[in-house]
Amino acid sequence: MSDKKKELKPNTYKFDTLSLHAGYQPHKNAGSRQVPIYQTTSYLFDDVDHAAALFNLERGGHIYSRISNPTVGVLEERVASLEGGTAALATSSGMSAIFLTVMTLCEAGDHLVVSSQLYGGTVNLFRLTLPKFGIKCTFVKPRDTEGFKKAIQKNTKGIFGELVGNPGNEIMNMPEIAKIAHDAGIPLMVDATYQTPYLCKPFEHGADIVIHSLTKWMAGHGSSMAGILVEGGKFDWMQNDKFPTMTKPYEGYHGLSFAEEFGPTAFTMKARAEGMRDFGPCLSPQNAWNVLQGIETLSVRMKKHCSNAEEMVKYLSNHESVAWVSHPSAPNHPDAELANKLLPNGKGSMIAFGIKGGKDAGVAFINNVKLASHLANVGDTRTLVIHPASGTHSQMDEATLKFAGLSHDMIRLSVGIEDIDDIKNDFEIGFRAARKPRLVSNQ
Amino acid sequence: MKFKVNGHEVFASTGGRPFDKKKPLIIFVHGSGLTHMTWVLQTRYFAFHGYNSLAVDLPGHGLSSGKSLKSIEEMADWVSDVIDAVGHKEASLVGHSQGCLVTVECTSRYPNKIKTLSLMGGAGAIPMNPELLSLAENNDPKAVDLMMDWAHGPAGHFGGHPVPGLYHINTGTMLAKSRTIENTLGVDFRACDNYKNGFEAAKKIKCPTLSILATDDKMCPVKEGKKLASLIDGSQVDIIDNCGHMMLLEEADRVLTVLKKFITTNYPPLSA
Repeated sequence: MSDKKKELKPNTYKFDTLSLHAGYQPHKNAGSRQVPIYQTTSYLFDDVDHAAALFNLERGGHIYSRISNPTVGVLEERVASLEGGTAALATSSGMSAIFLTVMTLCEAGDHLVVSSQLYGGTVNLFRLTLPKFGIKCTFVKPRDTEGFKKAIQKNTKGIFGELVGNPGNEIMNMPEIAKIAHDAGIPLMVDATYQTPYLCKPFEHGADIVIHSLTKWMAGHGSSMAGILVEGGKFDWMQNDKFPTMTKPYEGYHGLSFAEEFGPTAFTMKARAEGMRDFGPCLSPQNAWNVLQGIETLSVRMKKHCSNAEEMVKYLSNHESVAWVSHPSAPNHPDAELANKLLPNGKGSMIAFGIKGGKDAGVAFINNVKLASHLANVGDTRTLVIHPASGTHSQMDEATLKFAGLSHDMIRLSVGIEDIDDIKNDFEIGFRAARKPRLVSNQ
Repeated sequence: MKFKVNGHEVFASTGGRPFDKKKPLIIFVHGSGLTHMTWVLQTRYFAFHGYNSLAVDLPGHGLSSGKSLKSIEEMADWVSDVIDAVGHKEASLVGHSQGCLVTVECTSRYPNKIKTLSLMGGAGAIPMNPELLSLAENNDPKAVDLMMDWAHGPAGHFGGHPVPGLYHINTGTMLAKSRTIENTLGVDFRACDNYKNGFEAAKKIKCPTLSILATDDKMCPVKEGKKLASLIDGSQVDIIDNCGHMMLLEEADRVLTVLKKFITTNYPPLSA
């Protein structure tokens, strides 16, 4: 018998186990091993007292599926557990998650500091739509860490960015920018769609709110729209007087102070109680279930996405038809060191590359690949390509395109998990067409 | 709401309703290293149903100022001082874990002040694992991770929070890490470990008492809870299946239902 003392270790479940089980207890659901799809709009109250208790947030439970739903709730808990967050709120899309986050945080007259390298739809939200609600934004290039500090004003309520910019792959120095935000008493919000919690958990690097388009890698199958906001639980809303809607009595719930009552889950509670009640971008239970199926295999898929992406970076970097390649795994990537620190499990599967021959070559390439799908999505298990200047970012003018780091020769590639040789063979067809765009283009 | 006890500011959640001196008072006392927020699924109900609900942050915890109190006896006296500070002559007490030691000691010391006692995950003594105690006293976050592991039952480890979207274990972890671990959890664990008077204190309790215990509670097992309850005259015991030490979150509805029946029967609310 050994008398060696056994070290105490917490036995809470690890990532792969949480991906399959978190947020769900079969014994409370008729023993159903699979998460049931609660396809219902509303829920019976036991009596009048029970109804009042639910409406007053006196007890947990469901009232109406715009506010919450048991299937959606499993998804929310699962993502919160994987991110290391305290709470989450799922929405109908990633964009609605961003909108709900901003509307929970800000009021008319407020200001946000925002990374300039974002998905085109997000840029339009911050640049064109939020000003209509009286919320103004200052855009800062993601590598300009000091620029984020300089852009903060008295009425700034937060900093927002994507860890790896879309589509240029510039990496935001999240730990430094988090410090800047916290020194100013404001939260850092990070859209981590490209990473998923398998590659990076932004809360470990200072983020306060994490947002995902679950439509992408989290689901993987490209069948369902979904988004989510996740709360880290560390941000102290009561440290200053910048967030009265979090700290002061809220008329909509009998004078409730979200920060006092709910502390590390206050933001999510407010986003649900106010935002889902008033805006209503709820996720359907069927789509929540579909996303849960994808999350079950998240780590397995992400490993393959990343290994295929690294193979494609090598292939493209040595290809005669390629002018440049941008991916955090590329040794010449300007943020390679930061990428190694923030993304130790893999650098993701989004590659941007420039095709020799400019816009015409890009169009010919896109039109001639057969395996890669030309569409406006990323993070599918299938390989996807798009020419941002004529697609996702086409609503931008020339100056905005330039500021967003886009060029006319840029192809955005979301590497799938097909056999890597098949992807390369398909690209050869595209490159051949690109070298003779007028002869083989099918346009 | 905020008020002062012994010169230090105390924070207590009133469950979202204004404090009203005419209403009977219920004081909720949290467990080691935690805060008033652990009670959110119990306090708001009572606040909306004819009671003053006060979920206190012990000194040095949560939003309360001052230093953490070093003994269960000091905490028991402090709870009595809270009753005085808010202008009441009596109260009903509800404790969880370490809060059970505090409320048992307080009830035995101030029998005329305490009208009912509700214990959740309680025991007559809570001796600490020496390694866990050392980790907490040395400000090691592993102490919190271990506590959250042991405090949740097997079912609770999967989640399934009664409030949609909330994840138990990470929420508890954030609460316990919201102040310096050595100054909250470390001091609390040492106070629990040092406290030896629980069984003697229990013998002096004469008010209606309820013990809610959980079959998967590793920190204060059912056997220990029953032992404590057996020493209190007429004590009621309710045992929850498939639940761990964090019963007030893991099985919040069941806890509230049992608590509601017990308190409203033995310490009626102010009628509307």
